[in-house]
Amino acid sequence: MKKLLEYIKPYFGVMLFGLFVKFAAAMLDLLIPFVLEKILDDVVPTGDKVKVFTWGGIMVAFAVASVVTNVYANRLATRTSGKITLKLRHDLFAKISYLSAEDTDKFTIPSLISRLTTDTYNINQMLTRTQRLGIRGPILLIGGIIITLTLDPILTLVLAGSLPIIAITVYFVTKISVPIYTSCQRILDRLVCVVQENITGVRVIKALSKTEYEKKRFFAVNEKMAKEEERAGFVMAITNPTASLVLNIGMTLVIIVGAFRVNSGLTETGKIIAFMSYFTIILNAMLGITRIFIVCSKGAASAARVEEVLNANEGLPITEFEAADSPYHIEMENVSFSYNKIENNLTDINFKLRRGETLGIIGSTGSGKSTIVNLLIRFYDPDSGTIRISGRDIRSIPRSELCPMFGIAFQNDFIMADSIRENIDYGRMLSDGDIAHALKLAQAEEFVNATEGRTEHQLSARGTNISGGQKQRLIIARALAARPEILILDDSSSALDYKTDASLRKALHNAFPDMTSVIIAQRISSIMNANHILVLDDGHIIGSGTHEELLRSCPTYMSIAETQMGGERYA
Amino acid sequence: MRNPTSMGGRDINPNDIKQGAFAKRPAKKYIMKRLWKYLGRWKLIIALSLLFVFASNILALFGPDLSGKAIDAMLPGGTDFGTVFHYAWIMIACYAASGILSYLLSVLMTRLSKNVTAAMRRDVFERLSALPVSFFDKHQAGDIISVISYDIDTVNTSLSNDLLQIAKSAITVIGSIAMMLIIAPKLMLVFLITVPASLLFTRYTSRKVRPMYRKRSAKLGAMNGFAEEMIGGQKTTRALNAEDSIISRFDVKNAEAVEAYTDAECFATLMGPSVNFINNISLALVSVFGALMFIAGQITPGQIGSFVLYSRKFSGPINEAANIFGELQSAFAAAERVFRLIDELPEKPDAADAGVLRDVYGDVLIKDVEFGYVPERTIIKNFNLDAKKGNLIAIVGPTGAGKTTIINLLMRFYDVDKGEICIDGTNIYNVTRDSLRRAYTMVLQDTWLFSGTIFDNIAYGKEGATMDEVVAAAKAARMHSFIMRLPDGYNTVLSDNATNISKGQKQLLTIARAMLLDSEMLILDEATSNVDTQTERLIQAAMRKLMQDRTCFVIAHRLSTISNADLILVMKDGNIIEQGTHEQLLEKKGFYSELYYSQFETY
Repeated sequence: MKKLLEYIKPYFGVMLFGLFVKFAAAMLDLLIPFVLEKILDDVVPTGDKVKVFTWGGIMVAFAVASVVTNVYANRLATRTSGKITLKLRHDLFAKISYLSAEDTDKFTIPSLISRLTTDTYNINQMLTRTQRLGIRGPILLIGGIIITLTLDPILTLVLAGSLPIIAITVYFVTKISVPIYTSCQRILDRLVCVVQENITGVRVIKALSKTEYEKKRFFAVNEKMAKEEERAGFVMAITNPTASLVLNIGMTLVIIVGAFRVNSGLTETGKIIAFMSYFTIILNAMLGITRIFIVCSKGAASAARVEEVLNANEGLPITEFEAADSPYHIEMENVSFSYNKIENNLTDINFKLRRGETLGIIGSTGSGKSTIVNLLIRFYDPDSGTIRISGRDIRSIPRSELCPMFGIAFQNDFIMADSIRENIDYGRMLSDGDIAHALKLAQAEEFVNATEGRTEHQLSARGTNISGGQKQRLIIARALAARPEILILDDSSSALDYKTDASLRKALHNAFPDMTSVIIAQRISSIMNANHILVLDDGHIIGSGTHEELLRSCPTYMSIAETQMGGERYA
Repeated sequence: MRNPTSMGGRDINPNDIKQGAFAKRPAKKYIMKRLWKYLGRWKLIIALSLLFVFASNILALFGPDLSGKAIDAMLPGGTDFGTVFHYAWIMIACYAASGILSYLLSVLMTRLSKNVTAAMRRDVFERLSALPVSFFDKHQAGDIISVISYDIDTVNTSLSNDLLQIAKSAITVIGSIAMMLIIAPKLMLVFLITVPASLLFTRYTSRKVRPMYRKRSAKLGAMNGFAEEMIGGQKTTRALNAEDSIISRFDVKNAEAVEAYTDAECFATLMGPSVNFINNISLALVSVFGALMFIAGQITPGQIGSFVLYSRKFSGPINEAANIFGELQSAFAAAERVFRLIDELPEKPDAADAGVLRDVYGDVLIKDVEFGYVPERTIIKNFNLDAKKGNLIAIVGPTGAGKTTIINLLMRFYDVDKGEICIDGTNIYNVTRDSLRRAYTMVLQDTWLFSGTIFDNIAYGKEGATMDEVVAAAKAARMHSFIMRLPDGYNTVLSDNATNISKGQKQLLTIARAMLLDSEMLILDEATSNVDTQTERLIQAAMRKLMQDRTCFVIAHRLSTISNADLILVMKDGNIIEQGTHEQLLEKKGFYSELYYSQFETY
């Protein structure tokens, strides 16, 4: 809540003003039964009809003033919390955009998404509701009690005596029900998980005839969920009847005590009637406050989740390092790295590339190929060793300078729901010429021209309306479009057929002879012409050299070549 | 990996994919009837709740009248304490009884809603299990899940709260009117002004606010969608250094969402105070006319007090009607989505005389098959294939050529439009789907593991598999030593965001699962493309051994691994354009030879 308060602070004045207006509005509401009492006790006995109308007119005036002030205050509250949410969400999204890769892994992406969407929504709702009802409720409650005190202090004490009982009830019910709700949420997660698994695995389940088994699995969770919800419902149901009952009994006591006081001339019946009106107001205020408790506890939980992200670290620090003169474009020197800091994912990686050269990386799944890319673009810092670009340690290069050096096509890179042009431009303000050129090089020109609307063609989220091969071509075009000095293709031509893959490599070589490339692939044909090839295994380099060298020196490489090329045409 | 459309989906014309649209829209009356079918199963609970609503509200209604009578017995110096106490006791009794009844009522309603929710979820899931694969190829998982979680919940909340509220309101309104008529019929004239006013106002606001709420949901949905998409693609944004541009785009969506929310809320905030205003006006009118009547000696102060309390009770429900109406609207919309899903057509049932396919030998014959995912677009024409036991049939072609279509047809995930497919001479449309599917072992490109232990995941296909069998399968898939290195070994629980296991290892686990099955035919859908070539070779050796003398259908990109196939089907744009052995196809110098040689072309 501490961080949230910082966001609320600039609006403190406005909120205070709104609170004041709201206070006035609530007071007007409270005055209306007061006037009723006045008419019945003071005006009626005189029999003065003009006075009756005058006081009636005052009541109407109060009613009008009340509606105007209430609507004004409510709107002010809604606008204020809208502004707070807008800023909070902006900051959260920006924070997430710049979050260090390590923190992103820690939070996990689905959780970040739900914090940005559901949690900020809850906060917005909490802000609006508490301003609107949270102030009105207590004011009506306290105001109601104050006015009844002026009417008749003794009777008020009788009524107010019931409030602690209600407070205790609310406290215990909340205390018991919150853990039950939390557990409901957990079971719901489980239920959703089973459904999701059944949707994604429909082919496997049907192929193995496991439908009945899956049904049983679902029904078990469903049953558990229903039971837990029922338990929560039973506990929550206690609050309202108890609160009403306690207040109503208090009211009955007021009548009994009132009877004695009327009898001894200490009070009048009109006061008791007005009392009953205030009683309704107090009862509703009390129930309203209970509701606020629920909204607030939900909002506070969300605020805590949002703050956790806002307090996380942003990116990696820039440290000064002496730039050395180097004939190499990219150098990795004795680099080791571990994601979990327990087991190394990369150990002692070394390579040097001159400008315009190509590095091929091949190796089994989990051997650390993509980790090299993550270190090159500095998503993570290596645990030991150095990475230099043109002689500069990458830890000394600001991100805004480092990133534009690269054009990267990630493994399973993503396509957003926007036009083809936007997907390639990606907010970088590239010229049409650059985009057309990139499409051509990426072997995407032909199919883009054949689609309706060409580069303005709208793609669906995750590119479900184009084929896997088309998707990869667009992603490669995106990596090329800004004419980077270093191109990285992380297994991003796997869905291309051999022919397209070969034309792509040819086109790149001709168009950008000075571009240094790092190509990660499963197929030997994609990397066999690289200047250097690294063979990775479990984070270690087990082979390094050209295709021909490796065929002689590296048994693993040799056997890969043999399997993929049928052992006839290599060398 | 968990993308539901990535398999069959890519063969389907995207224009045919209607996201979020299930079966046709049913009429409102029909929805009410369907809802009643659920509620009607618990008639006793409903009858009891109605009784309790009635009783508790009637009891509560007596309150103001009793208090009025008690007040009338008060006189300075001459209070009739007997009467006061008499009424006070009755009041306490009424309130206590009413409190107990309303708690019991809540318990009943909770029970009812629990029953209805559980039954609806059950029915939806039951239907999901019966739906054909094509349904899941066309609909987003998130959309289906939101029906089971969000929509059913909305229906349920509305059913338990709103129905109760309506019953309560009806009784309160009728009761209050009756009581007010008894106390002072003339004062009722006041409501001739205020009731129509509040009705008109409610109608006006609810009509105006509904499109605003709709806009609010739409804008919020758009923002959520954008956030979800861009956070998912965060790595790309960062690498392209495009954060600022993406943030400014988010700001636009964010501002729209907040604006729509604020607009709707601002308008909605009119309601509460306005309704309160109308209440206050009627209070003023009642006071003035009540006072005049008192002066004329037609009413007692206690009666005015009771009347005021009743009038407050009476206007409350009328004002709330607007809210309830809105909520019911959203409940109907949600129920519609639930029922549309339940009404989806299930897989065509097996023929009544369908036999059980058993003792499979392994011959597969495909004769004159025609097929298209949409009726207007036939993509496979005149397809013939004769695979003998133990044959290796390879399916190749560029991405999107429709290679998975063949599997969809063999497994009857989709039915052919024309022609027939026979196993050992038996038409597969004459046997049960279960027995047909059991005749195959299938390993798909999209690995599917569920949240459970590694043991459970491997043993999934074989009921009652022993630890020894599972270990043997894992060893054959070269996973045993990896599994043993995990802290809990075979009892390691795989969860959704399991970071302890890589994509390739997941693939190996599904292969281990397949190793446990002893069917006569094998289907491999690019199953090994995520595994390194080394491991792949070892696995293939194991697979070949396992599938010796068995019929195999293999989809793969790597031509070398299938060059020894008995038959190669070459697919392009959904059609089979060439078929033959590796040598025959190379000789033909067609598309296959082009594909094959391009892998060695250098730049």
